[in-house]
Amino acid sequence: MTPIRERPPLLTMSHIEKTFAGEVVALKDMNLTVNDGDFMSLLGPSGCGKSTALRLISGLMHPTRGKIEWAGGQGSDDLGVVFQEPTLMPWATVAQNVWLPFRLRGTPYSAVKDEILEALKLVGLEKFQTSYPRELSGGMKMRVSIARAMVTKPRLILMDEPFAALDEITRFKLNNDLLELKAAIGCTVIFVTHSVFESVFLSDRIVVMAARPGRVIHELEVDTPYPRSEDFRTSSEYAAHTRAASEALGEAIELAA
Amino acid sequence: MTIAENAPAPAIVDQEEATRARRARINRIAKWTLPSLVMVLSILAWHLYVTINEIPHYILPGPVLVAQSIVNDWELLWPAMLTTTRLTVFALILAILGGVALAVAFTQSKWAEMSFFPYAVILQVTPVIAIAPLLQIYMDSAFAAALACAWIVAFFPILSNTTIGLKSADHNLEDLFTIYGATRWQRLRLLAAPSALPFFLGGLKIAGGLALIGAVVAEFVIGRSGTGLGLASTLLEASYRFNFGRLYAALILISAMGVVIFAITSLISHLMLRKWHESALKRE
Repeated sequence: MTPIRERPPLLTMSHIEKTFAGEVVALKDMNLTVNDGDFMSLLGPSGCGKSTALRLISGLMHPTRGKIEWAGGQGSDDLGVVFQEPTLMPWATVAQNVWLPFRLRGTPYSAVKDEILEALKLVGLEKFQTSYPRELSGGMKMRVSIARAMVTKPRLILMDEPFAALDEITRFKLNNDLLELKAAIGCTVIFVTHSVFESVFLSDRIVVMAARPGRVIHELEVDTPYPRSEDFRTSSEYAAHTRAASEALGEAIELAA
Repeated sequence: MTIAENAPAPAIVDQEEATRARRARINRIAKWTLPSLVMVLSILAWHLYVTINEIPHYILPGPVLVAQSIVNDWELLWPAMLTTTRLTVFALILAILGGVALAVAFTQSKWAEMSFFPYAVILQVTPVIAIAPLLQIYMDSAFAAALACAWIVAFFPILSNTTIGLKSADHNLEDLFTIYGATRWQRLRLLAAPSALPFFLGGLKIAGGLALIGAVVAEFVIGRSGTGLGLASTLLEASYRFNFGRLYAALILISAMGVVIFAITSLISHLMLRKWHESALKRE
């Protein structure tokens, strides 16, 4: 994999400010360059504006000041999103849910049947195409949600604390799978989390944010090469990175207090 | 090793599971037999009460007389029932069309909702029995006037439930649709409409019963002047003639219509939701 510094930029946020109702400053002077191929975690205490940053990148909100620029402009299929909840349509089957991004572009199911099946295979749910979401466990629903985000092979996938509501065993398993998936489709990921451990295990860049006003205070690199196995979790390297990230997060919490 | 060991072992059922299975079996049978038994006993008690106390038929006709009335007056009751059915079904269909159309208009345009919703409420809270005589004056056809009455009563639950339903879509799904650049029409068809379906079907169950009540009220008020409307007019006329056998016969048929309407709307609701909605799921 290309070292971080040699990757071409994908998205640049410059001097971003977002103020709600003219008084609550959610983000102030946020500068961030996301490179093509990054697995970037946004780590910070609640209220630090990490979710706001995601909403700005996804275009659901517009910055009060500053601008967000995509290298080569943004196309409609450049983005995939995974929310904290699986956010599936309960009335649609698993395959129909994964079809959604294509469907909203007007692509008929038959034209993308193979892509849908491939995405479901990647998350290990190819046998559940005709199941309804209620028949699946929490972890499986989240996999469908990930398959839906990946099925169009977007350049960037935004994930907003996707595994926060899952139990630890399921979360570890999904962490491993997520890394494999990212390697398989070669996209860029921005992953919002409040877990130091998760951010160190998954990402190669950790951006630590502080609250009031929301801003970036540290950037760490986790230079352990991918693929990372379960052994990484118990390595001394992991412990060192975790300590560095914890200290940065501690500083962020102190700044807000 | 003996042969007996190779034989299929009997299913291991512990005491608790056996009790549970037995109870479930009994419940399944009791669900139908108990209400039927209650009905038979009630009719029997009614019959005995009337015959033993020699109650005159113009005060309380016995079940035998009522049954005779249903058979003898069938030629009069059947067309009346058809008229009432037609009135109810038309009113319900118009209520569905009007209620859903208005709900969609309300959710598509805040201005439309702000402007018209208060009037929909006024229309709903004004007792229909107070409007019926006016409708009779303004509309030439008694059937059309009665239809308007039944429609006014039936359409509000559809409107209010569907409006809430159309707005009840998951917010994250709304965001997802925005990110993927969904059009207004896609949003309505693929997100708002399916989210609204359980609410709409709940409204439909209420509206079905209300359409019948509206039809009955309309017939009472409008059907009085010999317009030859349906079952409720027949019932009213029978009461004037002290023909209580026929009155009860008409009443029973109206009740039966209500039960059939409820059964049909419940079935529609079950069929449309059984695959995915919580309300239609069997608990384990």
